[in-house]
Amino acid sequence: MQMIAEKIKEKIKELTENGKISRVMGWKKGLYGYDSEPFVFENGDLRDFTYDAFSGANLCKYMIAQSKNDGDGKILVLLKPCDTWGFELLDKEHRIKRENIYALGIPCGGMVDIEKIKKSGVKGITEISEKEDTLILKTMYGEKEVNKKDYLLDKCLVCSSKEYKDCDELFMTDLCGDTAEYDRFEEVEKLEKLSSSEKFEFWRSQLEKCIRCNACRNVCPACSCVKCVFDNDNSGVAAKANANDFEENLFHIIRAFHVCGRCVDCGECSRVCPQNIPLHLLNRKYIKDIKELYGDEDEAALLTFTTEDKEPSVVYERGKNNV
Amino acid sequence: MYKLPFEEINKLFEAVSLNTALYVPVKKNDTVVYEKYSENTIYAYDELNTVKSAKDFFFPQVQDIAQFKLRGKSIEIINNEEDYESFAVFGVRACDAKSFEILDKVFLAEPADPYYKERREKGVIITAACEKPDEVCFCTAFGIKPWEPSGDVSVWISGGYIYWQANTQKGLELTGKIKDIFNACEENEIEYFKAQIKNICGKLPFGNLDLKYFKETDEKDIFSSSVWDEIYKGCLGCGTCTFVCPTCQCYDIRDFDNGKTVERFRCWDSCMYSDFTKMAHGNPRKTQKERFRQRFMHKLKYFPMNNEGIYSCVGCGRCVRSCPQKLNIVKVAEAFSHD
Repeated sequence: MQMIAEKIKEKIKELTENGKISRVMGWKKGLYGYDSEPFVFENGDLRDFTYDAFSGANLCKYMIAQSKNDGDGKILVLLKPCDTWGFELLDKEHRIKRENIYALGIPCGGMVDIEKIKKSGVKGITEISEKEDTLILKTMYGEKEVNKKDYLLDKCLVCSSKEYKDCDELFMTDLCGDTAEYDRFEEVEKLEKLSSSEKFEFWRSQLEKCIRCNACRNVCPACSCVKCVFDNDNSGVAAKANANDFEENLFHIIRAFHVCGRCVDCGECSRVCPQNIPLHLLNRKYIKDIKELYGDEDEAALLTFTTEDKEPSVVYERGKNNV
Repeated sequence: MYKLPFEEINKLFEAVSLNTALYVPVKKNDTVVYEKYSENTIYAYDELNTVKSAKDFFFPQVQDIAQFKLRGKSIEIINNEEDYESFAVFGVRACDAKSFEILDKVFLAEPADPYYKERREKGVIITAACEKPDEVCFCTAFGIKPWEPSGDVSVWISGGYIYWQANTQKGLELTGKIKDIFNACEENEIEYFKAQIKNICGKLPFGNLDLKYFKETDEKDIFSSSVWDEIYKGCLGCGTCTFVCPTCQCYDIRDFDNGKTVERFRCWDSCMYSDFTKMAHGNPRKTQKERFRQRFMHKLKYFPMNNEGIYSCVGCGRCVRSCPQKLNIVKVAEAFSHD
């Protein structure tokens, strides 16, 4: 990864010198080796630039704010394959000024979830170095080596495509790792097999953990309303608190419906949740349903009408079969 | 000081819960929370901290205040006067125990907040020393000693025993009611264990976090520093850091109108949100940079300016661990210390 990071830096320098870009949205090295943060590098200063096993954050949504001012010049944004899907959505929905952005597709072999490493019992991590697939963890309690493939982010475990969309240039993307062998709908199918009351219980027990921090909404490339209804005092539903113990459940169900047909399954909602709620499963259920009811090819199934479309009554038929 | 074999810890929980409601940290659905003790409770002793802090016990995320009901042409006002039961919280860490002192400065200053005050009076805090501090911990930077946590009672779990020491009148009263379950113990039995924790704390990467800049620089200069322009940009503007924080104390008071009754409630607010401290003219902090700056100015400058130099951070590390984009107060302090 370090070699790739160095090459990306050279590429950035070249683009900066050629006057193609004025600044860069990338990742900045953190304090412990696993906490690289989204950062805007300006004036050609790439100090602490990194692209490592922990650069899981999708940077596409920052482009809404970063591309707004024409006077700022072009910003280069680094996008992994799954990051480009959200980027394309923002572009299609006119949420970004595409002409102010230089999208560079970069290779990805899967990103690591530090929480998974911590949950395996590793404490006090102060430094991490990478050697191919091995992560060498220096901790306050000694050194430890782990294989990064054992601790990938959930979204990477079901990596379904290495296809890049809407990029200005692809860089070293032949170095991409393989897609995952797992079927991304497997978990959804497991939930479908539960009885209605078991499903209800599952989602209640997950959603009751919600602290209404709005991280899922704020990171979501499909949640790009200029003012969210839940932040709007005049909407009557603005809520910093839950009126009852079902309200946060409704918040998530409504949000999932709102992004239904637009969600690109980038998995950021679950990655950012401080309470580990598997929010992506709600969205993925809708994606699966849309595929089943409207076919794989129809990209905007819910925005178009054809006479072959399923009737609303399909809900009852499917309900009987508990799908 | 008393002790009890650690494998009999549920005997201790049982005894305490016979006297008062007891809350214990447990692992539940892939998170760590305080749960009311029942015989099925399994204490998550190897988890350093709960995801949300213990401040919920005294300053809950949502608090009903009053109801307004329309009766013909008059409005009836019903105050929420729920009776709080007495309770004990077990396994609070030294950082959270210190956070209550910070919250006290806000909520117990005259006029004292009656809800908070009553909960504080009814709550017994049983702290636990941190056997294995984590890299995100930096409590020692604020003079906190995780080997000697404060609270009404302190416990140490070491060498197969749980050691129990009452520190306050409340702690002594509780101890008096349950002391039959304990074995006698020498006062110095855990000195070695304390020294061990102290030694580990010396290895905390930010245990001596440099706050000199915030301490010595005029607040106007910090406020207008160009460093803020660089460091806020990754901030999503979510409320995670403020909601997991043990010292964040800002709240909003809102009315919920269901058509017949208006329910007035108080809930946690977050300076990260666009409608925070919104006034008639709008929001005084229009950009995320201003909101981001506010959070750290409050913790590291405004609060100490108004409270004898005490920072409004206890170094629990929750924001370090939970921020979705990995921004946090340590990085802010570091960015300024290199300025």
